[in-house]
Amino acid sequence: MTTTVTASSGSHAEVDPGHPPTSTGLSNEKVAMWAFLGSECLLFGSLISTYLLFKGQSQPGTIGPDDVFDIPYTSVSSFVLLMSSLTMVLSLAAIQRGDHRLTRVWILTTALLGASFVAGQAYEFTVFVREGMNLRVNLFSSSFFVLTGFHGAHVTIGVLMLLSLYSLSMRGKLPTSKAETVELVGLYWHFVDVVWIVIFTLIYLIP
Amino acid sequence: MAIVTPERPGSPALQQPLNAPVRFLRRPTGYTKGLWGWMTTVDHKKIGIMYSASAFIFFLIGGLEALLLRVQLGAPDQTFLRADTYNQLFTMHGTTMIFLVIMPLSAGLANYLLPLMIGARDVAFPRINAFGFWVFLVGGLFMYSSFFLGGAPNGGWFGYVPLSRNIPGHNMDYWAFGLQILGIASLTGAINLIVTVINMRAPGMSLMRMPIFVWMSLIAQFLLLFAIPVITVALFLLSFDRLFSTNFFNVAAGSDPLLWQHLFWLFGHPEVYILILPAMGIVSEVLPVFSRKPLFGYQVMVFSGIAIGFMGWGVWAHHMFASGLGPVAVSAFSASTMFIAVPTGVKIFNWISTMWRGKLTFTTPMMFAIGFVAMFTIGGLSGVTHGVVPGDTQQTDTYYIVAHFHYVLFGGSMFGLFAGAYYWYPKFAGRMLDERLGKIHFWLMFLGFNMTFGPFHILGLQGMPRRIYTYPEGRGWDVWNMVSTIGSFIIALSIAVFILNMWKNRKPQEVGDDPWDARTLEWTIPSPPPEYNFKEIPLVTSRDELWHRKYTEDEHGRSVRREVVAEQPKMEGTEVEPSGAEGNATPDHVDGEEAHEGSGEEHEEHIHMPSPSYWPLVTSLGLPVISYGMIYKTWAVAILGGVLTVASLYAWALEPATAPEDTPVHGPDTSGDDLEAVPA
Amino acid sequence: MSGPTTRDEATGPVVEVPPEEGGTHHDHPGDWKYIKIALILAVITAVEVAFSYWEAVEGILAPSLIAMSILKFVMVVGYFMHLKFDSRLFRRLFVAGIALAIFCFTVMLTTFGVWSR
Repeated sequence: MTTTVTASSGSHAEVDPGHPPTSTGLSNEKVAMWAFLGSECLLFGSLISTYLLFKGQSQPGTIGPDDVFDIPYTSVSSFVLLMSSLTMVLSLAAIQRGDHRLTRVWILTTALLGASFVAGQAYEFTVFVREGMNLRVNLFSSSFFVLTGFHGAHVTIGVLMLLSLYSLSMRGKLPTSKAETVELVGLYWHFVDVVWIVIFTLIYLIP
Repeated sequence: MAIVTPERPGSPALQQPLNAPVRFLRRPTGYTKGLWGWMTTVDHKKIGIMYSASAFIFFLIGGLEALLLRVQLGAPDQTFLRADTYNQLFTMHGTTMIFLVIMPLSAGLANYLLPLMIGARDVAFPRINAFGFWVFLVGGLFMYSSFFLGGAPNGGWFGYVPLSRNIPGHNMDYWAFGLQILGIASLTGAINLIVTVINMRAPGMSLMRMPIFVWMSLIAQFLLLFAIPVITVALFLLSFDRLFSTNFFNVAAGSDPLLWQHLFWLFGHPEVYILILPAMGIVSEVLPVFSRKPLFGYQVMVFSGIAIGFMGWGVWAHHMFASGLGPVAVSAFSASTMFIAVPTGVKIFNWISTMWRGKLTFTTPMMFAIGFVAMFTIGGLSGVTHGVVPGDTQQTDTYYIVAHFHYVLFGGSMFGLFAGAYYWYPKFAGRMLDERLGKIHFWLMFLGFNMTFGPFHILGLQGMPRRIYTYPEGRGWDVWNMVSTIGSFIIALSIAVFILNMWKNRKPQEVGDDPWDARTLEWTIPSPPPEYNFKEIPLVTSRDELWHRKYTEDEHGRSVRREVVAEQPKMEGTEVEPSGAEGNATPDHVDGEEAHEGSGEEHEEHIHMPSPSYWPLVTSLGLPVISYGMIYKTWAVAILGGVLTVASLYAWALEPATAPEDTPVHGPDTSGDDLEAVPA
Repeated sequence: MSGPTTRDEATGPVVEVPPEEGGTHHDHPGDWKYIKIALILAVITAVEVAFSYWEAVEGILAPSLIAMSILKFVMVVGYFMHLKFDSRLFRRLFVAGIALAIFCFTVMLTTFGVWSR
């Protein structure tokens, strides 16, 4: 932390030009977002560890992961989400260099990829339900649906935020000076992606 | 941002500008007054007052619940309360005192004081700050609505499963959803205050120059940041079990009830440090002022606070010693619990050392602060005895535990908060509380408190269990229960004295900036402060900045008053607004832009303050609607609530931080009718 | 419309890069970095999936999958979220959350004896 800060500071690349200088030179919103993401680690940690606690503990004879998981299918949707992180960071790079058309292309692509992920999950869930696995069957079904459901809800919120950014950009309300807004949405988006990286490995791949 | 301009007699400055856009509901501006002004405020000081006032009302309600419990338990075999009524009352007493009293009182003080203490004009996110308050209020009211809608929560404030999962009725649904709502308030508040302290300190205010209250509040916010998500998950899992028959806590399906206990106490233990650290911070402010000595061992106090916050994550299962964890686990947690007593003990020694050889003045805040040190020490000692596993196996679920946590939470947190109330009341309200009544309050409360909770140690060791609505005679518990009940009414009397004190002193007074001859920046500005806090952002050159401006040391190290207050110009001489009561302070016109270094510039510039907004309030209203819909499984209502919340969030996000009509262009004489939109 | 610009990764000021020095309208040198990282992530994912089918690695399946996912995690956080190049404060905030989560839940699961099932 700075011990002395001159009252009138020069421009900081991190700080939105419209904002007064901050003690660290970092923007308030970015500090807030990282703090929030830190807290989200505890949220998903609780859900994941609940799932892990229940792993293999469901009543014998009731439905289990081996009965329903379709690894190739889920691998594809994992890949989709991973690529959406790429398009997200590309949209940020685009807006930072002032290419707004490309920004919108990448934002929309990210939103579409995210929406595909959610749609894929939703379809996957309907298949599971048809195979006799609903929320209340056993420990596995409850913890699986709630964990992935929370994640899917986070992705959905992300898609809504992306579409909002798209709309703002279309209306000229997302100039380069507001690139940080895209960055913040991006941070949230990438976080949701890394949570899936963990979930995919721990829940789907590890037997 | 609102530009604050003065109310000059006869000036039309307070009229709405003629070219203000007409909307469905006009956005409030910096000039909006009255109830609507309060409901739409984003001023951290007003928000702090609202937090504190609401929390105090909940304190009275929680206290009433306690009195009812004590009436029932005052003698054996009473039928004043039925068992299920008793269960609701003790559940709500605990839930209220923790979530609706101590936390919001601490939040209210932190909200009011942190910006002032670090030399800022507001918190980092003023509208989110307002949102946090309204969510808290709405959450508390939602939870209390249960009394009228089938019965209040009745599964204990800690909601252990399988009981809380299986209790019929909606009582525990109100508990779960109510706490979820409150959690949102705490989490958003935590992020706000963390960013504020990290990023909005005045020039020269390094972290190690911040007042200890700022430090302790900051640590508590970090604890909230990481602990709230855990209880969020626990409550969701419980709600899903209750609403949708999931199996998280369904023993028949193979679940382990300890999962709830772990999740709850992973939150719950950091929570108790959240409850105590701000009060410790208050004491660390009050003792030095009334000892006329700096806090002993500032750095150690900071690091011990950090240590407590950090280590607090490693002790949670000491709440589960009797749950069958096994010898290895309980030994590990016993050791960690012993260790955490060290930084806590260090603080106690430092407080005593602060007073040692000081020039003590026993004002009311000082009495409460000293009371804190004594009572918290007692509570801490009983806590240490809980850390010894075989001992705890005897003590757990008895009144001995109830004694411990009331000594640390009432004798500790509440005494600390009362110290803060008396100490900062002149700053918030622009009037002094009566010292004589204050001391009567203190002594009555001290007597009543010890009469109520002291005997609990004995009762616990005599085997009286917790959470029983009555007990038979002949167990030897009768006398101490009666003593305790009498004590509880003495506490109630002391609070009546406090209320009387506030009532008697409701007329504004001229208290000046610094009635206590204090040490920190909030005492450099008028009482109550103007909306913008500081005419100029202060330049900080040391810890206890104000003290060093007022005093220097002679060759013997004694404090000597300076003839002229050092350095920073314009810190004195700011006039107190005599009509500044209730926080509806007239906006002042101010010279000097916030970024200038106190050079006393004459040219007219304006201090930009964020504009009020009603969106935080509206957004908060969506949350109970969702909750009612979920509890009664009326999905249309839940969805409606969700739509309301999301739509409000969008409207909020699209609303600029500054209303255009709050941005006059130049000069103090502007009448507001020749506005141009100026970029924020 | 201003010409193509580049921005060095350590959040320096925005600088104009004329086309002759490699700045182009649509394809920015920095973009390739991200695409490369995405390709690496895709490959790791493919390997993870392959491993889950491959009997030969069954003994070390869990640790190797965990290692690979940690690698992906660190790459996304470090490069896509730019944490590697940003202020240490952000890293501390995030790592605090992760460290706390891993510590507390590992201890919790240990008390349930999950490792010896």
